[in-house]
Amino acid sequence: MSNFKKLVIEPLRKTNPVTVLVLGICSCLAVTAQLKPALVMGASVTVVTALSNLIISLLRKGIPNRIRIIVQLVVVATLVILIDQFLKAFAYDVSKQLSVYVGLIITNCIIMGRLEAFALSHGPWESFLDGLGNGLGYSLILVIVAFFRELFGSGTLLGYQVIPQSFYEAGYMNNGLMILPPMALIVVGIIIWIQRTRHPEMQENNQK
Amino acid sequence: MELFNLFVKSVFVDNMIFAYFLGMCSYLAVSKTVKTSAGLGLAVTFVLVVTVPVNYLVNKYLLAPGALAWISPKLATVDLSFLTYIIFIAIIAAIVQLLEMIIETFTPSLYSALGIFLPLIAVNCAILGCSLFMQERGFGNVGEAAVFGLGSGIGWLVAITAIAAIREKLRYSKIPKGLQGVGISFIITGLMGIAFMAFMGIKL
Repeated sequence: MSNFKKLVIEPLRKTNPVTVLVLGICSCLAVTAQLKPALVMGASVTVVTALSNLIISLLRKGIPNRIRIIVQLVVVATLVILIDQFLKAFAYDVSKQLSVYVGLIITNCIIMGRLEAFALSHGPWESFLDGLGNGLGYSLILVIVAFFRELFGSGTLLGYQVIPQSFYEAGYMNNGLMILPPMALIVVGIIIWIQRTRHPEMQENNQK
Repeated sequence: MELFNLFVKSVFVDNMIFAYFLGMCSYLAVSKTVKTSAGLGLAVTFVLVVTVPVNYLVNKYLLAPGALAWISPKLATVDLSFLTYIIFIAIIAAIVQLLEMIIETFTPSLYSALGIFLPLIAVNCAILGCSLFMQERGFGNVGEAAVFGLGSGIGWLVAITAIAAIREKLRYSKIPKGLQGVGISFIITGLMGIAFMAFMGIKL
């Protein structure tokens, strides 16, 4: 139980792959203009991270050290192709919205980072949990960013209007800037700021 | 003229960093000094100029629906586009390896400048992303694909060099404790992105 807790819960907060380790930023920012693609993307990355960790961990004794990167790339790419075909079949409009970012899961640094740092030296079950935890940590940030961007940018959540019509009649306006790419960066910056103010041990020293 | 238009567009308007957030990880990790950032930027540009046209040809003659028709008319109905990701990433990894060897043999000075960055580039999302955008937009010929690669690379170079220059100066400014390091880099990149949006209306 404690092992489970350590591997799955820690990446949500203390070792969050996005805000603490700064990995996998690219897709994190690009798909968060609305909540729905962010949820789909988070789920896809979690599945790929967990399964690729599991597979590489099972294969780890048979992979020669020199070609491990290419083996990892092949395993990840195969999983991503499966996800891509699955999304095209069952959620076509979301997969159109995500466009190239589904493919970019292959080069998502979280996955390669976890494979290198964890799966190559741990057993299958632990690696699976570790991948699950890191995928969830990534999804958590994705959902937080998307929540604020969709709420303030379009006044909706998952496509349903949340801000009442009377607000608009009273002169409330959606903040169009929130939907534009640069705001994603600023929202993530603010999340990091809040997190590091609450946990001073994570702060970096600027003078280095 | 059209090529020039495409070039300007891919450098400023469709900037890899500010509009699509591609290659963010190395962008944040390496941009501590201007010199190393410029080195990495050059290496990325170099790899993009080679890989985008190669992937364009592979896509046109192997992967796209009906692309195999040049072998025999019987194959005209074959659609291999589901193999795109795995083929592109393999080609990129191979080209990066090849470039490393070529540069090492013929121009050792360039190799020592780019050397450490080249292996990193195979897993840089800007490279794969650029190839995937190329496929999505369906360019007319190899020239356009090459210009798109060049423009995207230079856009990335401009962005990483600019943030590195700003971060060098930031070392002497007073930033709230929780924001130091990565936090402030994110916010500055956002502000630079807003500035780059000014280029949006340009049409040559």
